[in-house]
Amino acid sequence: MTHPPPPLGTPAVRSEARDKVTGAARYAVEHTPPGCAYAVPVPATVARGRVTAVHAEEVLALPGVHAVLSHENAPRLKEPDDPTLAVLQNDRVPHRGWYVALVVADTPENASAAAEALRVEYAAEEHDVRLTADHPGLYTPQEANSEVPAVRERGDFDAAYPAAAVRVDATYTMSALHNHPMEPHASTAWWDDGHLTARDSSQGSTKVRDTLAQVFGLEQGQVTVVSEHVGGGFGSKGTPRPQVVLAAMAARHTGRPVKLALPRRQLAAVVGHRAPTVQRVRLGAGADGVITALAHEVVTQTSTVKEFVEQAAVPARVMYTSPHSRTSHQVVALDVPSPSWMRAPGEASGMYALESAMDELAVATGLDPVELRLRNDPDTEPDSGKPFSSRHLAECLRDGARRFGWDRRDPRPGIRREGDLLLGTGVAAATYPVLISPSAATAHAAPDGTYVIRVNATDIGTGARTVLAQIAADVLGAPLESVRVEIGSSDLPAAPLAGGSSGTASWGWSVHKACALLAERLERYDGVPAEGLTAAADTEPEVAEDSPYARHAFGAQFAEVQADTVTGEVRVRRLLGVYAAGRILNPRTARSQFIGAMAMGIGMALTEESTMDPAFGDFAEHDLASYHVPSCADVPAIEAYWIDEDDPHLNPMGSKGIGEIGIVGTAAAIANAVHHATGARLRDLPLTPDKVLPYLDPAS
Amino acid sequence: MEPTSQQETAHSSVLTLHVNGTPHTLTLDHRTTLLDALREQVGLTGAKKGCDHGQCGACTVLVDGRRANSCLLLAAAHNGAHVTTVEGLADGERLHPVQQAFVARDALQCGYCTPGQICSAVGMLAEAAEGHPSYVTPPEHPPGAPAALTAHEIRERMSGNLCRCGAYPNIVDAIGEVAT
Repeated sequence: MTHPPPPLGTPAVRSEARDKVTGAARYAVEHTPPGCAYAVPVPATVARGRVTAVHAEEVLALPGVHAVLSHENAPRLKEPDDPTLAVLQNDRVPHRGWYVALVVADTPENASAAAEALRVEYAAEEHDVRLTADHPGLYTPQEANSEVPAVRERGDFDAAYPAAAVRVDATYTMSALHNHPMEPHASTAWWDDGHLTARDSSQGSTKVRDTLAQVFGLEQGQVTVVSEHVGGGFGSKGTPRPQVVLAAMAARHTGRPVKLALPRRQLAAVVGHRAPTVQRVRLGAGADGVITALAHEVVTQTSTVKEFVEQAAVPARVMYTSPHSRTSHQVVALDVPSPSWMRAPGEASGMYALESAMDELAVATGLDPVELRLRNDPDTEPDSGKPFSSRHLAECLRDGARRFGWDRRDPRPGIRREGDLLLGTGVAAATYPVLISPSAATAHAAPDGTYVIRVNATDIGTGARTVLAQIAADVLGAPLESVRVEIGSSDLPAAPLAGGSSGTASWGWSVHKACALLAERLERYDGVPAEGLTAAADTEPEVAEDSPYARHAFGAQFAEVQADTVTGEVRVRRLLGVYAAGRILNPRTARSQFIGAMAMGIGMALTEESTMDPAFGDFAEHDLASYHVPSCADVPAIEAYWIDEDDPHLNPMGSKGIGEIGIVGTAAAIANAVHHATGARLRDLPLTPDKVLPYLDPAS
Repeated sequence: MEPTSQQETAHSSVLTLHVNGTPHTLTLDHRTTLLDALREQVGLTGAKKGCDHGQCGACTVLVDGRRANSCLLLAAAHNGAHVTTVEGLADGERLHPVQQAFVARDALQCGYCTPGQICSAVGMLAEAAEGHPSYVTPPEHPPGAPAALTAHEIRERMSGNLCRCGAYPNIVDAIGEVAT
């Protein structure tokens, strides 16, 4: 007799895959309640000022228009924790694209036409949207995103740096980036006898429920938020966004169910962006390459609505030996849309700069870039002095180098030609913290031998449904097919969002705990009682415990690029990543997470940018024709591997997060490969042809 | 489902769309796109709205056998057209080979671009079989001869369908599996 493979650690097929390939999976605005109306928001057309008139009466006369909401008549909200949700509450315009009105009509066509026709008058004021490294409004915040201190100093950088034998002092800049998930933010909302229900495209509907309850002055039990299938988020759906508040408002005002899908061209202004950064990195090292002094100083922007500080200097607190260190953030509040989370906030930007500087240090010391990183691999986390729960960066670098064929690399830049093309290879390291939040879950055993797991997890494409079933089956010693997982509704046990690469760890721990309790109870019974048996768990106590360990995932990225000397176009030929991310619970979906994030890293390196138009005070790229998400032809075969880590200091599954680390370091590996190919050190992402071409000589 | 009243006005027309083999006679606003007609009138939401501007491909369906961005087509201009959406590809419980390959290769994550990718792939396979060249087809390739679908060809021919989750390597593998 053959035994089935253990449920955990095996490449189980994504459980909702069939629904997704047949079109049966329905997203936020794909159920149409009877009598449903359609809402379209109206964005501000000035970058700063006040609304002086909203000519609602003209639009109300158009066919099919039910309502025009603005600050003049919209339902009053209790002040939300997140000020970007205080929509239509006053006449202030803090940035272009801020919503000033909402049109509700009987059909999508009538709603769009009416929103387009609505005349809004403004008293415009001078705006300031330009981030510069010496902006007079720059200040040092208390904290950067993720509640980390904005400034950390260790040792005496100012004394150690000038004394170093080898020094690198370089400044790296990055444009703003946008998440642009394929499903634009969307909600369907309706009120039924005082109960508000919303289908929302969100990464965490418990938080959306809590927020709606708070702003509308309801009990949590009076609100249900469903996020059954979510068409990507990458951070932009991590917090409640204006569309769900607007849809609920419109539904209350009109007494009808309302669908609201944000037009793609409005997203750039209202659902966050990765803030542009100016990052100065200084590395001082001995002739042996060992770092003695490290400074990573970040300048970035936020809006006047809220403070969000991209924590780009944080990975420098984790990565390398650095007895004398300064890591700092400064921010300026501009008349721009509010920045927010985008896949690996902090790490993605910060590791571009730090890992580019490491490549410059390798050149300056004459060391191989892999060897340089190995020489600076610390025994304890530099910033905290804590031991690492596990750190296999060196193994990732060595394994990646072997798989990539790194030892055949000639370090000299600009010497490999293939017709008009120059070829080069680059490496960078990656890191992402282990984050976890408390979660509740229940596990139910039915007499027929099946189980139901209930937890308000969200599957935004990660494979959460599948892996949670695997965790449950593993603990229960049951076949995977016998476990059904219910996720995606705030009526389920409360759970944190799919974000910070913490979903599987957070939800999984509560599922693990509930299943362990259930298994224990089942042992006391002779068969499952007729009504079944349920166990509930909450991981609040476990998660609250401080760990004595520094806990992070690590990785190494290797890239081969070609630079076209005639056009300046850079293309990625090969991309290979090796990760140390705890125990990999489902190799099939994990690999998809890694390669998907690496593909996004190609965009960050080469094609994606949101440029601020200083005259209009607006992002110039509003759509997918101008904001260049990588296409199929831009992405080569990507290889992702991992080191099996056995880390007992994480959670009962032994897993670290894997959703974000794939983008970390990818852009640096590509930029370093561009230097190797061309000899040009370009320090401003993305590396578009206009920036690259001036440094290239056409083939002679 | 038959609409209760079918009256043409200056702003609407009565027309018939054959969707996945079933005729649907609808009274549609002249501004209604084929995508909105499918999603909001016919109730088939497999075709997705990602950009509404023909830039992302999530709305791809087959119109009279050819792949098309349904957000760029006015429904009123397609009276009598035969439309195949992702819902119409499977043969009962048996998935279309492209659907099956997407499942087997994990060629999807969030799933929002997936119906468009699959419809696009089905259309693309037919185009290649009919000998349509692409930008990367070698000049010496005999005109009209079926195109060999290398990974390079698949990437080029599928670049009208964006996937923000970055499932491209698996999408190319899945389509390559069906093509061989």
